Amino acid sequence: MYQYTDFDRQFVKLRAEQHRDQLERWQKGQLSDEEFRPLRLQNGWYVQRYAPMLRVAVPYGEISAKQLSVLATIAKDYDQPEDKLFAKAQAQQDLLPGKSPRLIKGYGHFTTRQNVQFNWIPLSKSADVMDLLATVDMHGIQTSGNCIRNITTDELAGVAVDEVVDPRPYAEILRQWSTLHPEFAFLPRKFKIAITGAREDRAAIGWHDVGLQLLKNAAGEVGFKVWVGGGMGRTPIIGTLVREFLPWQHIMNYLEAVVRVYNRWGRRDNLYKARIKILVKAEGQRYIDEVEAEFDDVVNKDGGPHTISQAEFNRVAACFVEPKAPANASVSAHSNLQDPGFQRWLHQNVVAHKNPKLRAVTLSFKRLGLAPGDVTAEQLEASAQLVAKYSRGEARVTHSQNLVLPWVPETQLFDLWQDAKALGLASPNIGLLNDMIACPGGDYCALANARAIPVAAAISERYQDIDELDDLGPIDLHISGCINSCGHHHSGHIGILGVDKDGKEWYQVTLGGSDGSALSGTAGPGKVVGPSFSAAEVPEVIEAVINTYLELRAPTGNGRAEYFIETLRRVGQDPFKIEANAARHTEPALA
Amino acid sequence: MKHGMNVMQILSFKDHSYVADTSTIGMANDADPRAVSLEGVKRIDLHFPKFTDGRAYSQAFLLRRRLGFKGEIRATGDVLIDQLVAMARTGFDVAVLREGLDASAAQRQFERFPAFYQGSALDTQPLFAKDLA
Repeated sequence: MYQYTDFDRQFVKLRAEQHRDQLERWQKGQLSDEEFRPLRLQNGWYVQRYAPMLRVAVPYGEISAKQLSVLATIAKDYDQPEDKLFAKAQAQQDLLPGKSPRLIKGYGHFTTRQNVQFNWIPLSKSADVMDLLATVDMHGIQTSGNCIRNITTDELAGVAVDEVVDPRPYAEILRQWSTLHPEFAFLPRKFKIAITGAREDRAAIGWHDVGLQLLKNAAGEVGFKVWVGGGMGRTPIIGTLVREFLPWQHIMNYLEAVVRVYNRWGRRDNLYKARIKILVKAEGQRYIDEVEAEFDDVVNKDGGPHTISQAEFNRVAACFVEPKAPANASVSAHSNLQDPGFQRWLHQNVVAHKNPKLRAVTLSFKRLGLAPGDVTAEQLEASAQLVAKYSRGEARVTHSQNLVLPWVPETQLFDLWQDAKALGLASPNIGLLNDMIACPGGDYCALANARAIPVAAAISERYQDIDELDDLGPIDLHISGCINSCGHHHSGHIGILGVDKDGKEWYQVTLGGSDGSALSGTAGPGKVVGPSFSAAEVPEVIEAVINTYLELRAPTGNGRAEYFIETLRRVGQDPFKIEANAARHTEPALA
Repeated sequence: MKHGMNVMQILSFKDHSYVADTSTIGMANDADPRAVSLEGVKRIDLHFPKFTDGRAYSQAFLLRRRLGFKGEIRATGDVLIDQLVAMARTGFDVAVLREGLDASAAQRQFERFPAFYQGSALDTQPLFAKDLA
């Protein structure tokens, strides 16, 4: 992974110092709440329902064992609200209708943008936490705010067998370029970039403000295919292709043009119309023409100062080679490779690697008793140790809220399985129905209209039988507590969206969404099945949809049954809609 | 930014006045600076209606870097301490603090970061180009 230079390290420390300065001025009343808010947001500090939330940046999801260990310390020592606050929050939770899992503290959360969040750190301790993060080259820079956010990529970047170009050096170069960019700190709205360098899109690039696909042209030269103006939220839109092939050296020049035109032209009068997707949709070719003209000026009039030199590329790319194998790597001693549990885990949670001697392994953070992506202090520390022991000190936070160990020797898989199993992180469910994506929802988030965690828990409880899950095959179930779509409900094969009607929680169910992966097909939003459902109805509606699939699925030519999304595509939405709506309780739901 | 506030003159609200004439012009923050005649212009006032509205940063960049404007570019409106460095880097050389603000916390903001990653209107080369030169 990227190795910080002295400059990089100092920069993060100074950023932490700057946060302390701002915090102290706010505490002294020299900065108003309104003035401090955008500043703290650009360091990852939100104020949530009950307490502040910190979002720590994990650039393109890549994280070291040492960093995980410091996150464990933060969870243990700082994700600790005062007893009074915690008790008061739980008392408020207890008043909510239906059952919600009890609040927890001392933990972190893997997010859909490959970051890590904490929910209970008092703001007064925020500067100490930033200092601690800086000791392992971590920070919260631009994890929130109307600026260029953490750049995401394929969780298998650098190890995937179908990779054409490793996207990580480019992601790092863009991270540096976007960090404290003076012109783009106050854009109309947040700005998210995703990059992939593989044949399959595992980074949902169509759904981003800018989606980048690295490829090689006929001459073998590396370049980017560029999409602009994708996004979820109230108006789900897939990005528009604006460049078939942009030579790699020009990516910063081109993005400078894309973002500058957006900064000048994007709407600032309406929060819901401020994303670049609305601008691209409204202006169409005029926007693209302006970007091309601006790009031309950046290169020819300004001299293209951000054209990436070969030397700079080489410097950064040198960090992204296969990490050295430890000298004392042992072969699993007591392996019973035929153990059916091990075989199932191999099949579901382990994928092939560029290096035939290695595998990429996903630790599952989808299990009963904890919300999707939640990770306790103990599990963070234990994960750090697994990463150090089995994956050469490197891991990846995935957009589906799990942790990938990308450098595991094939000969150590059995030991890793046993260790992961002992920690409860070896559920063989990656890609299956209960490997669902969910945002923290109304239990924590001040923006949410409805809770996501109880819905996720109810569905998880219903689907625990691993044989049944295996039989159902891959299904993307995505849950968002509000239209901001942090739980990516638009791209789920089954999407669940929390909505507020007359102060009550209701849930819209959509079918047929796609993130753009090989399984899911061309990226696009799902379609709503009908009026929204009550929380109690949701698990039954999901079951009705699943049962419809089981009835209608046909064999494919290659000896397996159709997957859920394939059946849905073949037969269309209607049979699913009918059964979903029939699962309503007799009390008529609100239209 | 080793030069500290040498790169930017910070005015209190009462020290600022604006009278439009041939050498001093004001520009609305949705104007394209390339469409304005800069003939004989010595000072351009750009406007931040709210500090979170970042359009004037792009205007300043275009004026200073693209058009090579050598006169004064003045930041007016909701100009706060924590945005001054970004303003200087995009090409502003004078900033008028919002009424009632005192500049005592400003100097250390300029002294904090010795350098930045990306090039700007003030310092056109990115860090990597300097490092490897």
